[in-house]
Amino acid sequence: MYQYDDYDRALVRERVAQFRDQVQRRLADELSEEEFLPLRLQNGLYLQKHAYMLRVAIPYGTLSAKQMRALAHIAREYDRGYGHFTTRQNIQFNWVELERVPGILDWLAEHDMHAIQTSGNCVRNITTEAFAGVAADEYLDPRPLAEILRQWSTVNPEFLFLPRKFKIALCAAEQDRAAIQVHDIGLQLYRDEAGELRLRVLVGGGLGRTPIIAQTLREGLHWQDCLSYVEAILRVYNRHGRRDNKYKARIKILVKAQGIEAFAAEVEREWQPIKDGPARLTEDEYQRVAASFQKPAYAAQDGLDLDFGTQLTRDHAFARWVSRNVMAHQVAGYVSVVLSTKPGISAPPGDVTTEQMEALADWSERYGFGEIRVAHEQNLVLPDVRKADLYALWREAEAAGLGTANAGLLTDIIACPGGDFCALANAKSIPIAQAIQQRFDDLDYLHDLGELSLNISGCMNACGHHHIGNIGILGVDKNGSEWYQLTLGGSQGQQAALGKVIGPSFAAEQVPEVIERIVHTYVDHREEGEGFLDTFQRIGLEPFKARVYSREEVA
Amino acid sequence: MNNLIRLIDGQARIVSDDPWQLHEAGQGEPLILPLAAWRERQPVEVLEGRAVSADGLLLQVDDEPEALQPFLASLPLIAIDFPSFRDGRGYSQAYLLRTRLGWRGELRAVGDVLRDQLAHMRQCGFDAFAVRADKSLEDALKGLQGLSVLYGRSVIEPRPLFRRGRHKEESRS
Repeated sequence: MYQYDDYDRALVRERVAQFRDQVQRRLADELSEEEFLPLRLQNGLYLQKHAYMLRVAIPYGTLSAKQMRALAHIAREYDRGYGHFTTRQNIQFNWVELERVPGILDWLAEHDMHAIQTSGNCVRNITTEAFAGVAADEYLDPRPLAEILRQWSTVNPEFLFLPRKFKIALCAAEQDRAAIQVHDIGLQLYRDEAGELRLRVLVGGGLGRTPIIAQTLREGLHWQDCLSYVEAILRVYNRHGRRDNKYKARIKILVKAQGIEAFAAEVEREWQPIKDGPARLTEDEYQRVAASFQKPAYAAQDGLDLDFGTQLTRDHAFARWVSRNVMAHQVAGYVSVVLSTKPGISAPPGDVTTEQMEALADWSERYGFGEIRVAHEQNLVLPDVRKADLYALWREAEAAGLGTANAGLLTDIIACPGGDFCALANAKSIPIAQAIQQRFDDLDYLHDLGELSLNISGCMNACGHHHIGNIGILGVDKNGSEWYQLTLGGSQGQQAALGKVIGPSFAAEQVPEVIERIVHTYVDHREEGEGFLDTFQRIGLEPFKARVYSREEVA
Repeated sequence: MNNLIRLIDGQARIVSDDPWQLHEAGQGEPLILPLAAWRERQPVEVLEGRAVSADGLLLQVDDEPEALQPFLASLPLIAIDFPSFRDGRGYSQAYLLRTRLGWRGELRAVGDVLRDQLAHMRQCGFDAFAVRADKSLEDALKGLQGLSVLYGRSVIEPRPLFRRGRHKEESRS
């Protein structure tokens, strides 16, 4: 993973000193709350319902064991013994005190971490998929370019007060596991026929109040033009994005208003004068950063692992977990493992305790090369596990509450913190997630249902990505009470699609029953080997609607 | 009196005798005027680029910096308006004026100009800062420094860090 040098360290340290001064001035009332607000947001600090929340950056979801232990320490010393992993691969601490935040940031800086630009109207954490560098279907490793973009966008003086937040995601594999089509900028990396690294640039995707799938802005951009081209996009957006209405301020609205051709022409005009200038990336810089991401020293594995085969046949629960939570690796004998943070009623999606964080750090060292990833589905990933160690890892993960065999299944719910914590939420998310998880607690049944994503957002800001869940649940406020609107047929990845609203919304207590009816409809209609999304696309919304709103089945 | 900081040879100085008046102040001269009002007041020699104007120009958030091109040689000063410190359009306008249009004269930030944004403004090419009237200039001076590391590039540092010899300094760390 990326190794900080003196520049990186100086930057995070000076930034902490700067913020400590700003906090002191706020406490002394030399800074008004209005003046302080964007300063604290650009250091990851929100004011939530009950307390301040600190969002710590985990660049493209990559952590070392040491850094995970540092996060565990924050959870123990400054929070209530847990942290919440988010859909943007970051971690949030929900119960911090303003006066102690500079101390937390100091601690982060000591471990080569920070909370810079995890919020505010600026370029946010650069994301990519959790399996970067190890996925079997990867064209190339997206992390060097992600790190180069992270640095370039960090405290970039021209772009700190954009019309609205700005999210960039990269994907460099056949399957898009980074949801690049719902980002402000999505970068698809590939090698052309000559072996040259190129980018397909998507722009104007996003969820929130106006969900839009990104459009292609440019094909075949040379990798050395990446920074100058993104700079041109940002300059056009900074100057012309709407600032009169925060709900219309994202770049997707500008792209939609101008049309993709006109927008592309404007970016081109802005780009031409800078493309061959000093912003052009150099081979030296790419190599300097890429050196941090060299493959670890994988050990050659014997072709056949007899023990593994025996364990699979002997232990049904283990086999079930392997079938869902283990991903193919580039190196023979190794796999990547998804550790689910969705055990059901015992913990909300994405919440991980201090003890679990410490256990994860230990496992990453014992069974891998000391590296941990955060998936945008809010699960944790150990990228390099020897197949021979899987059984031992699974036993430990089971004991620690991180061994649920549900990756990609109905109970692997993505959910925002919702009305229990968030000041913006219209409705709670966590109790809804848990009620559904309780209703569907039969793992054999879940496995039979197969791939089925269920995403919950507590308001239309869509932090829980409800639009791209096969089943999406959105909390809405109706005359002061909490209701839930359902969408069906959303999907992420290459075939990204926005779900369709099924009909009038439901009360909280109706939701599990409604989900059950949706699932039954699928089971009744599915053809051999057909997944939920395929069935939905074949039969459409109507059969689901008829079943969900039919009176006869009301419990 | 303007609450003004000016960079002179890179050094920040508090200026106590700045005469410029923003158009709405209404009192005295010289004036800093929005483009339309500025044009109206100029004699033909100024508009044709044969004489320097007595008036400064105020670039507002919706204005195109390119619109100033015909008059650049005649302008004594350009001010860029920050109607709110959260409105970042002025940073990009400043970048364009300095780099694409080659403006070398005074570039002044006016409006909601506050200590915690001064370093960013400086990076984007501002060399004068009319700090909001209710704020202390001595305090504001502390905001000019900013961070010692700039990863990317800016008007005053056109080369990104990776072109400033970073990869050769690996041995430092």
